[in-house]
Amino acid sequence: MTAFPATASAIAATVNAGGSALPLVEESLRRCAADTTNALVRHHPQRARERAAVVDARIRAGERLPLAGVPLVVKDNLLVEGCGAEACSRILEGFVAPYTASAVARLEAAGAIVVAHANMDEFAMGSSNESSCRGPVRHPLDPTRIPGGSSGGSAVAVAAGLAPLALGSDTGGSIRQPAGLCGVVGFKPTYGRISRYGLIAYGSSLDQIGPLATTVVDADLALRVMAGRDPADSTSAERPLPAPLPADPRAALRGLRVGYVAAHEAGLAADVRARLIAAKAALASAGATLVPVELPNERHAIAVYYILATGEAASNLSRFDGIRYGRRAEGAKDLGQVYARSRAEGFGSEVQRRIMLGTYVLSTGFYDAYYRKAQQVRTLIIRDFAAVFAACDVLLGPISPTTAFRAGEKTSDPLQMYLADIFTISANLAGIPAVAVPAGSGDHGLPVGLQFHGPAWSDDRVLAAGAGLAAVLGG
Amino acid sequence: MTITAADVRHLARLASLDPDPAELERIAAKLDTIVDYVRQLQAVDTTGVEPAVDMSGMVGVTRPDVPGPLLDRATLLANAPAHSDAAFLVPKVVER
Repeated sequence: MTAFPATASAIAATVNAGGSALPLVEESLRRCAADTTNALVRHHPQRARERAAVVDARIRAGERLPLAGVPLVVKDNLLVEGCGAEACSRILEGFVAPYTASAVARLEAAGAIVVAHANMDEFAMGSSNESSCRGPVRHPLDPTRIPGGSSGGSAVAVAAGLAPLALGSDTGGSIRQPAGLCGVVGFKPTYGRISRYGLIAYGSSLDQIGPLATTVVDADLALRVMAGRDPADSTSAERPLPAPLPADPRAALRGLRVGYVAAHEAGLAADVRARLIAAKAALASAGATLVPVELPNERHAIAVYYILATGEAASNLSRFDGIRYGRRAEGAKDLGQVYARSRAEGFGSEVQRRIMLGTYVLSTGFYDAYYRKAQQVRTLIIRDFAAVFAACDVLLGPISPTTAFRAGEKTSDPLQMYLADIFTISANLAGIPAVAVPAGSGDHGLPVGLQFHGPAWSDDRVLAAGAGLAAVLGG
Repeated sequence: MTITAADVRHLARLASLDPDPAELERIAAKLDTIVDYVRQLQAVDTTGVEPAVDMSGMVGVTRPDVPGPLLDRATLLANAPAHSDAAFLVPKVVER
């Protein structure tokens, strides 16, 4: 696995100093066209070259842009005006975005250049990128293994060096889990930090857009460009920008109180556990204080998630009806048949399963027992984190119980697939930021990632801890 | 077994889905496994615990009541499987 020849920060520095954006955009387009992992579903070479010329002209005119000339891959659930966006679902076949997602628009205004859309699990529902209507994505180190999901294509795009920067969305770990399994950095910001306007919705109280990159510095750079209130998304917050990363990443670790849940170790494969133990030792020798903490309700997180996320999905996905966009079934005799047949033909089996589950937990007679109960346990999980962050500054933990698993291993048993998300879901339920950073390799040379959580709006602290860990691990 | 083939038929109707009748038992079995798992929450004591219903902490967000540009009608209609110059076309809804 070789990363893109330059980081986003380095590319921006070169282009801002007067070097043309075009050569590295061409390099990215070449790599995208030669990809063998099925990471990408739609290429935008012509648009990218036009945008590169625009960036060059802006620099010549005296502007300085934080992401000047940076090739960018975006997940297939993010709209880019004039380009297709299908969330890797047959039901959105042929859809052309009439506007650009705010997060993408801000990156483009800062000089980034969209080169392609990335493969993903259909409607972001999956943890292995095997539910895409465009076929599975292969792990860049081993084509018999999965890259993780649902932002599998975005993670592979960065890991395999197709581009230095990618966007994903994280509803229950969909940025961090593939980042961890592919050995790249992935950041899920605080809920409300980045506008979701133009993101095809899955679970609206959980979804956040975030960056994937090879370094924490690049992820931070993209975050600060995307962050902030957007009138088009009423859940986006008016908050001060996160503070810049410290110049010396190790400095952030001195005196930092790093929490950990001792019980996590028992749930990990031996090779993942070894990396977690090594990271704790490295943090301690860098001057951090390790603090044992508890998350007593974490064991309920998966149940809470699969009630709330499916309930929200059942509601969000009711807009796909074969009338205004996407696929319409042939031969339907009345409007009801248009809806039902278009949806039956257009949605894959995992999406239909989640819609039915969500419909079940929201239906009369079951709402209080399932949906309301899950909302109450969500409150308990939020309280758990409040107690944790009274005792420590950030929380260190695993991302996945194992390294990248084999394709097909969990597809026949949805519950087994869901259970592998145990360590990532709580951040979404609590709305808090979490960053995935590479932490070495496990068996077969497969990447192991670890994550830091922090309280809401501590995105800068979480990223600083991630940069510190990367530095002490030699990353 | 909490979820039966008949339940799946009912859920499919509520959700405007049209599953293959031959698949109903299989779909029911997979849903049942998941519902059985999430039922663990019934055992959690949530007496007096408020449900978390809003993650943004912002309620009643409104924009200024000022007219502004909307998306172009022709562009939006172009995504529809069937449309006229001014409307989405659907099959006849009312029989005479």
